Amino acid sequence: MTAATVTPYRSTHPAGPDRFAQLLRAEWDKFRTVRGWVIGMVVAGLLMLALGLLAVQNSSQCGPANSNSPNPPTLSGAACLPTFPIGPGGQAVTDSFYFVRQPLTGNGSITARVTSFTGVEAQGVPGSNTPGLQQWSKAGIIIKASTKQGSAYAAMTVTGSHGVRMQYDFTQDIAGLSGSVSAAHPRWLRLTRSGDTITGYDSADGTHWTQVGTADLAGLPSTAQAGLFATSPQYGVLTTSFGGGTGNFGPTLATGVFDHVSVSGGKHSGSWTGGTIGSPAGFGPNGQSGEGFQQADRRFTVTGSGDIAPVVTGPGSAEGGTGAIQDHLIGTFAGLIAVIVVATMFITAEYRRGLIRTTLAASPRRGRMLAAKAVVIGLVTFVIGLVAAAIAVLVGDHLSHDQGLYILPVSGLTAVRVVVGTAALLAVGAVLALAVGTILRRSAASVTAVIVGVVFLYILAVVPGVLPSGAGGWLLRLTPAAGFAIQQSSPAYSQVASAYLPPDYYPLAPWAGFAVLCGYAALAMGLAVFLLRRRDA
Amino acid sequence: MSHVPAATRAGTRETPHPGPVGPLGAWPGWWAGLRDALHAEWTKLRTVSGPAWLLVGVVTLTVAVSAVAVAATKCNPSVGCLADTTKLSLTGIYLGQAVVAILAVLAVSNEYSTGMIRVTLAAMPRRSAVLAAKGVLVGALALVAGTVAVAGSLLAGRLILPGNGFTPANGFAALSLAHAPTLRAACGSVLYLALIALFSLGIAAAVRESAVAIGLSLGVLYLPPILIAVTVSNPVWLHRLERYTPMNAGLAIQDTTRLHSLAITPWGGLGVMALWAAGALLLGGLLLRFRDA
Repeated sequence: MTAATVTPYRSTHPAGPDRFAQLLRAEWDKFRTVRGWVIGMVVAGLLMLALGLLAVQNSSQCGPANSNSPNPPTLSGAACLPTFPIGPGGQAVTDSFYFVRQPLTGNGSITARVTSFTGVEAQGVPGSNTPGLQQWSKAGIIIKASTKQGSAYAAMTVTGSHGVRMQYDFTQDIAGLSGSVSAAHPRWLRLTRSGDTITGYDSADGTHWTQVGTADLAGLPSTAQAGLFATSPQYGVLTTSFGGGTGNFGPTLATGVFDHVSVSGGKHSGSWTGGTIGSPAGFGPNGQSGEGFQQADRRFTVTGSGDIAPVVTGPGSAEGGTGAIQDHLIGTFAGLIAVIVVATMFITAEYRRGLIRTTLAASPRRGRMLAAKAVVIGLVTFVIGLVAAAIAVLVGDHLSHDQGLYILPVSGLTAVRVVVGTAALLAVGAVLALAVGTILRRSAASVTAVIVGVVFLYILAVVPGVLPSGAGGWLLRLTPAAGFAIQQSSPAYSQVASAYLPPDYYPLAPWAGFAVLCGYAALAMGLAVFLLRRRDA
Repeated sequence: MSHVPAATRAGTRETPHPGPVGPLGAWPGWWAGLRDALHAEWTKLRTVSGPAWLLVGVVTLTVAVSAVAVAATKCNPSVGCLADTTKLSLTGIYLGQAVVAILAVLAVSNEYSTGMIRVTLAAMPRRSAVLAAKGVLVGALALVAGTVAVAGSLLAGRLILPGNGFTPANGFAALSLAHAPTLRAACGSVLYLALIALFSLGIAAAVRESAVAIGLSLGVLYLPPILIAVTVSNPVWLHRLERYTPMNAGLAIQDTTRLHSLAITPWGGLGVMALWAAGALLLGGLLLRFRDA
């Protein structure tokens, strides 16, 4: 063959630009012109809204507070809304304890020795109280801005089973000496105020002191309340079975015995006043609280009930009738399934119809083509998810209020992270589905694989009675289902005993869980690009 | 063709197989058509490799998940073991049903994606018979695979559980089909898988697109348990969801302990699942009948 006679055909049209923008445009046109896909995305958003609003249906009824009539009228809806004090950090808190106090003006310190710490649980039947401390029962010394619930404080306290702790402003908790308290092993506690800074010390013998931590209580008034306190959270026994759990809860009392109590420095009155912060617990058979204190010289016996801690949600938490903003986002699962279906078809439909050959002929750089698809489907999903999540949270908050369901307040930044994170979770789920669709090239298998990988594993992890909770926790660390961690709105506090179950609490931190999902999506995209280049279409 | 009298159609053209007609003699052609359709559908299923692999998948995934769930559960006698060992050993059905759903969905949607459906309906114009034949076949395949999968799962439970503390000394006899509730749970789980196949088949006939059909099937199955477990605080809604959603009601058949605390009786729950399957098949059948392919 002679080279001169072969003249390859060349189109006389100038070649169009071949940039990523053109690919994006092409993929966007494909998406928006398939009616079923657009409808599917809208359905995803509507499902998120509908299920989120179904979840706030709350039928709880309550009697009016402080009613003495034999047949109090039952109330429902917003009248049942519980109220919580708000702590210095903006979170809802429980702040009820027995406080033996005196005003302390200016810098100064308070010291006390704890020689005994005991507790009782109310068992519902009068006279059947059993002895026992809760693990986070507390007795110790405290400097608090005022007697108002939710005001700033710093405390050194012995606990039921976590040794000496320094706690301040409800969320902070620093470990001190370990071990439990007895007459043979007393615990010395000291708090020293210097300006807005309070330093906590502990000691086993009253001579060798160890600094436990410092608390910076900005805006602490010059006259604060200093004194002794005791408190004990309610006990809870939670039994879970398939599809639900039942709890058995009751109030408890804790009693601390103090001696060598002294207040020094500053200006203090020297006389002690006792009182309950918050409403007294109905403990005894006639509803008497059982809280109080006795003083003999510098020896005090203080008995209290309640807790000084942030409010947490879920079974086993101290308060019923509470929710968190992510409760409105439970529809994410339904929306995700719809998104997975559309995102998978975005690529498998090309294989089914043979369009993939045209697509690859027009855009031979296959990796770029898949990247353009991922950007288009990811962005579309993100926008739909963002709108649906924002509406669900806003409307859900409003409805919950009307239904008497208290939604724990969160900072604006956290709310934005939960809403934007939900949208990002859906978008990454869409990219994962697109990648798996490219790998498997078949709709049914791809959709099933992704739904099983995300939603089914989540079920295994969270539905009680399917897997033991330890194994379920690992599923939420290692599988794509970990991504739902982005929806947590409050951290799990080690100093509050609760069940800490999904969807409010996950074993991984929000962004860590999301990163696990992103890792799976990146892995699947890498494999998809590799196979797309290597295989004939 | 409507000018041909009905008697002629039934008598001469569409009943080439002579034989007893039975009590449903008014529809002799339908039954003969079903026999032909069964033959045709069986040929389609056995001559592609997909269904065989899916059946293998049903068995292996079911047994694997069951074995993992059993191995991960330990009995600590000091705190008391509340586990329902039979139900625990059948955990794999949770995943196996997804593969059964794929099998059933593909039996319909593959025909639409390849255009084969036009040939099928041209050859067998009785569309209800086509759907019935598909239902009989995927149901039977689900029964076969389900029997093997359930037997394997129970065997895994029988072998692994005693090593995890579920011994007769702690009040757990070895799993055995001679135990009536266990036998009921085993047979019921197999039937459940067959009903899942029929349910998914009906949905696939209604929506035709495999991705949408499988998404719908798995959504209807998997979403209610999440709603029940994590959000719904209203006891009325909780009770409704537990009683009337297919997976929660249908899998009540696996419970062998604390039956009084179930929202629905085991066989009643399987009945609810059967209603879901019947409803899906009816919807799929009607749409198939009245829509152009």
